[in-house]
Amino acid sequence: MLSRKLFKKPKNRLEGEVDSAVMQAEDRRVACPECKAIVPQATLQAQAYVCPRCGALHAMSARERILWLVDEGSFHELDADLTPIDRLGFPSYAGKLSKAQEESGEQEGVLTGTATIQGHPFALFSMNPAFIMGSMGAIVGEKITRLFEYAAEKRLPVVGYAVSGGARIQEGIFSLMQMAKTSGAVLRHSEAGLLYVVVLTHPTTGGVVASFAMEADVILAEPKALIGFAGPRVIEQTMRQKLPQGFQRAEFLMTKGFVDRIVPRNAQKQELAQLLALHQRGAMA
Amino acid sequence: MTEAYQRVQAARQKGRPTSMYYLTQIFTDFLEMHGDRRFADDPAIVGGIARLAGKPVTVIGIEKGVDTQEKIARNFGSAHPEGYRKALRLMKQSEKFGRPVICLIDTSGAYCGIGAEERGQGLAIAENLMAMMGLRVPVISLVIGEGGSGGALALGVADRVWMLENAVYSVISPEGAASIVWKDAAKAAEASEALKLTASDLYGFGVVERVFSEEDGDFAALCEKLREALAIEFTMLSALPTEELVQLRYDKFRRIGGDER
Repeated sequence: MLSRKLFKKPKNRLEGEVDSAVMQAEDRRVACPECKAIVPQATLQAQAYVCPRCGALHAMSARERILWLVDEGSFHELDADLTPIDRLGFPSYAGKLSKAQEESGEQEGVLTGTATIQGHPFALFSMNPAFIMGSMGAIVGEKITRLFEYAAEKRLPVVGYAVSGGARIQEGIFSLMQMAKTSGAVLRHSEAGLLYVVVLTHPTTGGVVASFAMEADVILAEPKALIGFAGPRVIEQTMRQKLPQGFQRAEFLMTKGFVDRIVPRNAQKQELAQLLALHQRGAMA
Repeated sequence: MTEAYQRVQAARQKGRPTSMYYLTQIFTDFLEMHGDRRFADDPAIVGGIARLAGKPVTVIGIEKGVDTQEKIARNFGSAHPEGYRKALRLMKQSEKFGRPVICLIDTSGAYCGIGAEERGQGLAIAENLMAMMGLRVPVISLVIGEGGSGGALALGVADRVWMLENAVYSVISPEGAASIVWKDAAKAAEASEALKLTASDLYGFGVVERVFSEEDGDFAALCEKLREALAIEFTMLSALPTEELVQLRYDKFRRIGGDER
C-alpha cells in the first residue's frame, strides 16, 4: 500500500491527488456479456445499466440499484454497522469475506433502509449479486428480518430487490435458519395488513427463492432473470437431460403462474410508485 | 474419516429405520391421508392422523422407502412441491381441529427436477415456512436421519426441534458443499466436519433442543422414549395460550444467527 501511494504522489503538490473514484467511473469501460459491445461505465450508469446496443440488463450492485431507484437523497440506511460473523470457523471463509467487503465496499450482501419513490415512503432491501454470489448469510437474514420488523412497526410497505445464489454454505445451519427467520418476519408484516413487493432479478435461486423472495404480495421480475429453487446445472445432473430453452427464466415463471408481472428496468420506478399509491392507506376510501 | 462424516454415513445407512417405522411404533390408529388437493399425491411424504398416548395428533413424515422398489416409488425421500403442499394441508387441518403436529424429517433434500421447478418447489417450501411460523397448534419436528437443506426445513419450523444421535442437519449435503467450495465432491468428509452438522453441534448452537440416544441400535426402546417425551412435551405446549405459543416459536428462530456482539 505504501509503495503504491508513493508512485501516485503528484510531482507538483499544487496539483493535488486525482480523485480515483471519479477517474474510474469516467474511464471504466465494460464489455456487455450479451453482445460484447464495449460500453463506457458512465453511459451504462446513465441508462439504468441497460446495454445501449442490445438491451441486455447488466448487474447492479445493491447501492447502485438503490441510488438509481429512489428519490434523490431519500435513502436512509438501517443497520449499516452489522457485519458478517464466521460462526463455524469455516475454512478460508474469513479471507473470502474480507475480499468481498473490499471489492464491494459494503459490509454484507444486502442493504436495507427507508426511501421514497415519487414521494411515496417505503422500506427497502437490495441484495448484492457480487457479494459471495449474493448468498444469504446470517447477517443478511438478520438485516432483512429487522427491516420487516421495522416496517411493521412504522406501518411501511416493503419493496425488495432480490438476487441470490441461495444460502451461504460457509455459515452452515445458521444460514439455513435465516429462511425460517425471514419468513416469520414477512408473515408478521403481512398480518399487519402491509404491502410487500419483490422484484426478482438475475439470478434469484436456492434458499432465497424458498423463503422471502416468493412470499411477497406482488412478485415482479426483470426480463430473462433466472429464477428457481435448484440451479440449472444441478437439475441437469439430477435428470440427466438438457433443460429446455428458457427454462426457469422470468417469462417461463410467469407462464407457469409464479410471477405477477415482468417489468423492464426503465418501467420499474413508475410501476413501483403506482403499486405504492394503490396500496396507500385511505386509497380504498 | 472424520467423526462428522461417520454420522453422515450412519444417517444414510441402509436398514436404518425410516419415517413409517416411527409412525407405526410410536403412534396407534394411524390413518394415512393422501394428496395435496391441487395436483397429486407425493409418496415421498406420508401424513395422516393417529393417536399419541391416546390423544389425536397429526403426523407427517418424509419417507425414503425400505426396499429398492419402494425407494424408487418414494423418490428416495426427495419430495416434489406436492409433498410439501400435502404437509401444509394436513397442518392447516390440524389447526382447525386443535391437534398437535409431529413432523419426521429424513431427506437428502427437496427434489431438483424439471417438474418440481415448473410447479414451484421454491414457493412450496416458502409457503410452509411462513405457515408453520404462524401455526396455532404445537409442532414438534424430529430429525431421524438426514436433514437436507430447505427440503428438511420445510417441515422443521417447530416449537421443538429434536434430533436422533446419528442424525445430521445441514444447509447443503457435504458432497454439494465440497463440490462448490473446493470444486471436489470427494472432499465430503472434510466438508462434513466444516459444516458442523451433527446433532451435538446443533444442540450446542441452540438450533435443536434435545438429542436422543439411539440406544445402541435398539430402535424399539428409542420409540418408547420418544412416545413418552412427545406426550410430556405436547401436554406442556398445549397448556400455553396460543398467542404465547406462536410468539415463543417466533422468538426461538428470531434469535438464531443474530448480532449478539
